[in-house]
Amino acid sequence: MSRLTLKTEGDKHVIVTRHFAAPPEAVYRAHLDPKIVQKWLLGPDGWTMPVCDLDARAGGKFRYEWKHETKGHGFHITGEFVELTPHSKIVHIERMFLPQQTPDNHIETRFEPDGSGTLMTMRMTLPDEATRAAMLSTGMEKGMENSYERLEKMIPMGLKMEIGK
Amino acid sequence: MSVNVDAVFLAMADPTRRAILARLAKGEATVMELAEPFAMTQPAVSQHLKVLEGAGLVVSRVDGARRPRRLAPAGIDAMEQWLAMLRRGMEKSYDRLDEVLASMEEPKKRKGRKA
Repeated sequence: MSRLTLKTEGDKHVIVTRHFAAPPEAVYRAHLDPKIVQKWLLGPDGWTMPVCDLDARAGGKFRYEWKHETKGHGFHITGEFVELTPHSKIVHIERMFLPQQTPDNHIETRFEPDGSGTLMTMRMTLPDEATRAAMLSTGMEKGMENSYERLEKMIPMGLKMEIGK
Repeated sequence: MSVNVDAVFLAMADPTRRAILARLAKGEATVMELAEPFAMTQPAVSQHLKVLEGAGLVVSRVDGARRPRRLAPAGIDAMEQWLAMLRRGMEKSYDRLDEVLASMEEPKKRKGRKA
């Protein structure tokens, strides 16, 4: 059912592909219009994005803040757009705050016509081993229950990561 | 793979244990070699190693009088776990995006508007 593919390239990159039943123009726009991004870049159920500031131009910055409906905590990501080629390519850099800051991630997202829809291909750079370990264990000190929640929280961010917005 | 996810999370909850894992990711090391950079006693390091071994993240082998530790395949699979989480989050988001895109289709005449 999932049309998403995710595979590693070497030991530093992850390649994600996904087909959408909408033209590249729409998919591209859905990644750059903050009002639209806010609606879908949420990861697992229960999360919302109360803050979605996004300046869609080369050199422009963005900031996404996620919050869980019932559990009190949240986290955020900040980043910059490096290159924007209308309807076909987004290159950006981002880092998460868990709250500790993770190293910058470089993400390139391409949109190509695919039948009547769009094939999105995202190439992201993997965080190093220590960063992944830190991400996996964020919040663990508060106990198991909580760490699972935190884990959850990492998902949207990870997803955000590749989502590339 | 038979990794106990709870045990893995607990094992990784400690910054020293994460540092030990990061060190072992570069190659095997003995308790003495691990104790040095952390300014810890060998018994303290052994205690952390016991937790990591219990979680299936670290294994040891016998080499004469030495007992070097190294990352277990399950430890390496932390990468797999991370990717699985990434995938799960993305799938959810993109499924949502499908719906958003479908709703964008109709009012597309008004796409000139700026919010």
